[in-house]
Amino acid sequence: MTRETLTLSFRFLILLLVQVFVLNNIQLFGHLNPMLYILFVILYPLKKERANFMWASFFLGLSIDFFSNSGGINAAATLAIAYFRLPILKLIINRPDIDYTVFKINQEPFIKVILYTCILTFLHHFVVFSLEYFSWNSFIPVLKKSINTSVFTILLSTLYLLFFRKNSKSNF
Amino acid sequence: MALELVALLFTIQSHSYHKSQFVNSANAITGGLYKKHKAIFQFTSLIKENENLATENTLLRNRLESLKNNSYTPKDSTYQKYIYTTAKVINNSFTKKNNILTIDKGRNDGLQLDMGVISSTGLIGIINNISNNYATVLSVLNSQSKINARLKKNHYFGTLSWNGNDYKKAQLVDIQRQANIQIGDTIVSGGKSTLFPEGIIIGTIHSFDKTRKTYENIEILLSTDMSNLGYVHVVENKEKPEIKNLENSHD
Repeated sequence: MTRETLTLSFRFLILLLVQVFVLNNIQLFGHLNPMLYILFVILYPLKKERANFMWASFFLGLSIDFFSNSGGINAAATLAIAYFRLPILKLIINRPDIDYTVFKINQEPFIKVILYTCILTFLHHFVVFSLEYFSWNSFIPVLKKSINTSVFTILLSTLYLLFFRKNSKSNF
Repeated sequence: MALELVALLFTIQSHSYHKSQFVNSANAITGGLYKKHKAIFQFTSLIKENENLATENTLLRNRLESLKNNSYTPKDSTYQKYIYTTAKVINNSFTKKNNILTIDKGRNDGLQLDMGVISSTGLIGIINNISNNYATVLSVLNSQSKINARLKKNHYFGTLSWNGNDYKKAQLVDIQRQANIQIGDTIVSGGKSTLFPEGIIIGTIHSFDKTRKTYENIEILLSTDMSNLGYVHVVENKEKPEIKNLENSHD
C-alpha cells in the first residue's frame, strides 16, 4: 500500500513538472500544447473506493491551473474524466464484472487501452477548451483545437504506454 | 460533485476581470519555481535581448540629445509623472485564448494592481494579480484586455482588443470614419488611460476593410514579439490617484 502511494505521488509530481516546464513550452504548429498530465488519471489503479482518486485528480488539475493562470479549467476537466473513467472503461472492456484487485490496465488488449485513452483524452481536451473559450459561438474552433491537441496527447500517451507495457510485471 | 462545482467556480471567477483571483501563478511556490526555471534557460534568449536593449539605448540617446537643445526647464526638476520598475518575465504564454504572464517583482518592489507593463519594443499588458514578490500580467493577447490606442499621425482613437487567433496581430475597434487610416500607420497608446504614458508604440496597421460607415477588421501587427519576452518595465503613474479621485467625485 505504501509503495503504491509512493509511486502515485512520484507520478503526480513528475507529470506536473513535465507538463508545466516542458510541454507547456512546446508550441506544435504554433499553437498546440500536448497535455500529457492526464496519464495520471488514465493509469491510476482501479479501486472500489474512489474518493482519494477524485481528490488526487482534482489537485493535479488545480496545480496545473496555478501554474498556467487558468482559473479552474484543468481541475474541472481532470475531475470530469476521473468521474467518467470507470463507466467508459467498463464499456470498452465489455466484461460484466471487473475484479478491481487484479485488474491491470496494461494487461488488457492494447487496442482497447488505446481506445480508452483516446476517449478520455478527447473528453478532457473538449472540457478544457470549452471552458477556455467560454462561448457557444466558438463551438467549431473549440472542436478543432480539441481534436488537434488530442492527436498529440494521444501520440505521447501511446509512446508512454508502449514503453511501460514491455515490463508488464509492474503493478500500475 | 462538490469539487466539480469548486473548479467551475474558479473558472468563472477567472473570466470576470477584476475579481481577485485565487488561482494564479503570482504566489511564492509557482512564482519561485518559474523563477528558478527561468534562471536556467534564460541564456537561450540573450542574443535577442541584447539586440533589443542596444536598439532602445540608441533611441533613448537620440531623444536625450534632442532634449538638450530644448531650452524648456520644468519648475521642479525632480518631478516625474511616470516611474518605471524593471522586471523579468518568468513565465510567458501566447497561444491560449486568455494569455497571462508572470513577472518576478511584486508588492515589495512597489508594484500595485492595474499598473501598465511595457517592454523596450512596445506595450505588453496590465498587472491583474499581485503577491509580495510576484505579479501576473494580463497580456494584450487576452480576450479581456481593452487598451486605449490612437493613431500616431492624428488623434483619432480606438480600443485595442484581441480575437484569440494570431499572437502577432491584435485588433483595433471603435475607430471613427474620419480617421483616414492607411496600411502601415503606427498605432500608439492613447493618453485616455491612466495606465500607460501616451505614445508607447503598439504596432502598425496590417490590413483593414472599409465599409460605407466604418472601418472593420483593422489588424494591427504588434511591434513586440510576444513569444519572446525578456525584461519589461512596469509603469507607475504618480498622478493616477489624483485623476481617479477627481473622476470619482462626480458620482
